Amino acid sequence: MDKLDALESQSVYILREAYANFHNLCMLWSIGKDSTVMLWLARKAFGGHVPFPLVHIDTAYKIPEMITFRDKIAVKLGLDMVYGQNKKALANKNTFPDGKIDRIACCKTLKTEALRNTLSGEWPRYRLNHKTGKYDVDENREPYTGVIVGARADEEGSRSKERYFSPRDKTNNWDVGDQPPELWNQFKTDFAPGTHIRIHPLLDWTELDIWEYIERENIPITDLYFDKGDGKRYRSLGCYPCTNPVESTARTPKEIVEELRAGKFSRIAERSGRAQDKEDGGGLETLRRDGYM
Amino acid sequence: MNEREQMNIVIVGHVDHGKSTLIGRLLADTDVLPDGKLEQIKEHCRKNSREFEYAFLLDALKDEQSQGITIDSARCFFKSDKRRYLLIDAPGHIEFLKNMISGAARAESALLLIDAQEGIQENSKRHGYMLSMLGIKQVAVCVNKMDLVKYDKKVFSAIETEYTKFLSDIGITPQAFIPVSAREGDNIASSSKNLSWFTGKHVLEVLDSFAKEPLPEEKPLRMPIQGVYKFTKKGDDRRLIAGRIESGTLNVGDEVVFLPSNKRSIIKSIEEFNAPTSSFAKAGQSVSLTLQEQIYVNRGELMTRKEDVLPQVSSLLRANIFWMGKTPLSTDKRYKLKLGTTSVPVMIKSIESVLDASNLDAAKKAHVERHEVAECILECQQPIAFDLSAELASTGRFVLVDEFDIAGGGIIAQALDDKQKKARAQVFLREQKWEKGHVSMKDRAEKYSQLPTLLLLTGKTGVDKKSIAKLVEKKLFDAGRKSYFLGIGNILRGIDADITKTERDEHVRRFGEVANLLLDAGLLVVGTASDLDVDDLRLLQTINKRGETYIVHVGDPDGTHDVAHLLLDAADDHEVNALKVIEQLKLKNYIFNL
Ligand SMILES: Nc1nc2c(ncn2[C@@H]2O[C@H](COP(=O)(O)OP(=O)(O)O)[C@@H](O)[C@H]2O)c(=O)[nH]1
Repeated sequence: MDKLDALESQSVYILREAYANFHNLCMLWSIGKDSTVMLWLARKAFGGHVPFPLVHIDTAYKIPEMITFRDKIAVKLGLDMVYGQNKKALANKNTFPDGKIDRIACCKTLKTEALRNTLSGEWPRYRLNHKTGKYDVDENREPYTGVIVGARADEEGSRSKERYFSPRDKTNNWDVGDQPPELWNQFKTDFAPGTHIRIHPLLDWTELDIWEYIERENIPITDLYFDKGDGKRYRSLGCYPCTNPVESTARTPKEIVEELRAGKFSRIAERSGRAQDKEDGGGLETLRRDGYM
Repeated sequence: MNEREQMNIVIVGHVDHGKSTLIGRLLADTDVLPDGKLEQIKEHCRKNSREFEYAFLLDALKDEQSQGITIDSARCFFKSDKRRYLLIDAPGHIEFLKNMISGAARAESALLLIDAQEGIQENSKRHGYMLSMLGIKQVAVCVNKMDLVKYDKKVFSAIETEYTKFLSDIGITPQAFIPVSAREGDNIASSSKNLSWFTGKHVLEVLDSFAKEPLPEEKPLRMPIQGVYKFTKKGDDRRLIAGRIESGTLNVGDEVVFLPSNKRSIIKSIEEFNAPTSSFAKAGQSVSLTLQEQIYVNRGELMTRKEDVLPQVSSLLRANIFWMGKTPLSTDKRYKLKLGTTSVPVMIKSIESVLDASNLDAAKKAHVERHEVAECILECQQPIAFDLSAELASTGRFVLVDEFDIAGGGIIAQALDDKQKKARAQVFLREQKWEKGHVSMKDRAEKYSQLPTLLLLTGKTGVDKKSIAKLVEKKLFDAGRKSYFLGIGNILRGIDADITKTERDEHVRRFGEVANLLLDAGLLVVGTASDLDVDDLRLLQTINKRGETYIVHVGDPDGTHDVAHLLLDAADDHEVNALKVIEQLKLKNYIFNL
């Protein structure tokens, strides 16, 4: 079996196991390449449909094209699209771009906290109304017990320790030292009330696999990843105050694949364009324990 | 190099024997680290005045570095000239055996490390044993830290002799024994002058010599059903049978059998999304199928082809179990067994023997403690379909769930005859010879807006099950359903006229066969029977191949209380109870559309 076929098959298997075992299931969609591939894999798994809501955490500082792309795809595919946001922090201007807090604290506020409270239903969720094309406050505040996340093991140290099905306790904590065993494609699908499970269908994929697959399947992806003439493109997407484009003239998935295989990026870490990674010696681990993706 | 080939390798061994160092070395020496990573970590060590260790490349987690032991199985990628590797670092500390197993279960081959100076330790053996249980056959042994024993050939040979003997006792023939020094880089990615007496391959060459094990396409078809999907609300009328083919192949037009239900149909199509249509699929693929005749199958069934060797079906089996649970495995507790996509309650009927995997001593014990391995007889609440692990690995193994966590893994050694074996064989023949009319089960289900269902009310004698059952029958009938009340006593003087009341099993069997006929006619059969036990229920479920079986228990607990789908209080009003039953039928989608 081809490497991509094997990865695809395993991811589809995991998605179907998630769907069978969790009533309140959702998929986090960051609009980035990984979760966009995951969305595609969901359509592979379920005959072209996506039978669960997609949740996006909107920090209000996302590169604007990301939001446009999100809504365009959501409308086109009839996705059950939901977003959450830390409205209070934004209103109080308690953010890094407003100069009140540092980058790490800002991530914590706008992403981690917003995510935790959106998943638990503590804060309002906004759901796309396909009739009006606008987002309404969602009546459904039930906590999601299964959350599908596009983390990859090769991204950075702490993610290499993840399980496919990874429990989070009531405060979203990840107890990396005491994870349940996972073997023979049997996953942790039983959990205590109040806890939830993160599901990682892309754990075994690398950045190169992702791009090879985007190329092979011709997956629609935001064009922020491609050079549009100024010799710059994004390698990893995030909030604009903290994410910088890289110098690259790759204009298609194929050119990105070549660049990753042999070109200038074959030896440079993917998240090198993200400022917050550099501020903490332990990498993303502190954030990750708190529930940041 | 073949960009498209990847091999998963697990590195195991006793704690501190040098696994992380070996991986760090492999990463550094094969030039796959991102620019600056090595320098960054060296710099970090300098700043914190710590000696640099290759293991730090791997142990990126903060608290790990402070504790100094690998607590989980970490994954990382590297490349040789031949292919890509996923390296899985499995912790050596006994506390983390579950992590070692999680890592190793994902691997196709293994490197096992033994410290030359410390020699073979408890976990060197335990890990070797686990590899054999997990079915990993390609194993190479590295005798590490040769620098500490002055690269002495004698030290190496002594370990080689002793450990080869141990491995042969557990059925593993190692691919290679390699003397190495992970720290100094001897025999890792190049041959070492310090070890010039050694003429074998170095680690990287040995890894490259491991063969990719082909997926079991030649074996019988096994596809555990993950789900049956119908996205009508999204404007899609297909009924998709979803699952991954674990072994074998299938073609459009193949007659397939679902076990344990024994339902049959023919593959109509293999549905694709963004791929050309195909009429053929094979082991390893996740597929969506449609069937020619609509039959009602559920998640958890095992699909096979009629022509293929069929899996075993039983509720009783013998297995070797390794236990990782916080509390000991015992015979007086109910666990959950998960095999393929099936999940059933299970009891350990007996613990035959318990083995200490670190020295292979077997003993008779009442419990299986954490980290022990035991041969057990298991009794599942319902029969399941499975294979013997020696014949088909992926459908021959299971996990046990204790409370919320996977706590044990088992490989099936033998299918034992349970009480339903004879009935199952009879039903198998009955189904093969069954002549159908032109009206299919689906036609009837659609016309009547109901799935044929045996609603069985059980409980002790005297709880007035019959009144509830008759009320259910009447209410369903009045609502336009096709329902029928069948008390087990009703067949006593007729169909059962030739047997005595003491032939209980036969009595129950005939009741089941009569119900099965009524179900084939598309009815909702509201049956009553007193004092049934779990075996009786299993027998009825074995016989009923034409519909669902829904068990309602009335009154005080008895043998069937635990397995019932719905519990009713005998003190409640019959009206209330009857409505509860009907409510469940709706929820379960056994009745619809009216
Ligand atoms: N002298 C020597 N020390 C080694 C060698 N390999 C590993 N070590 C040391 O042994 C200790 C444990 O190694 P580590 O890789 O963390 O072991 P693990 O627990 O199996 O992952 C570390 O202090 C290493 O520096 C070797 O080949 N020679």
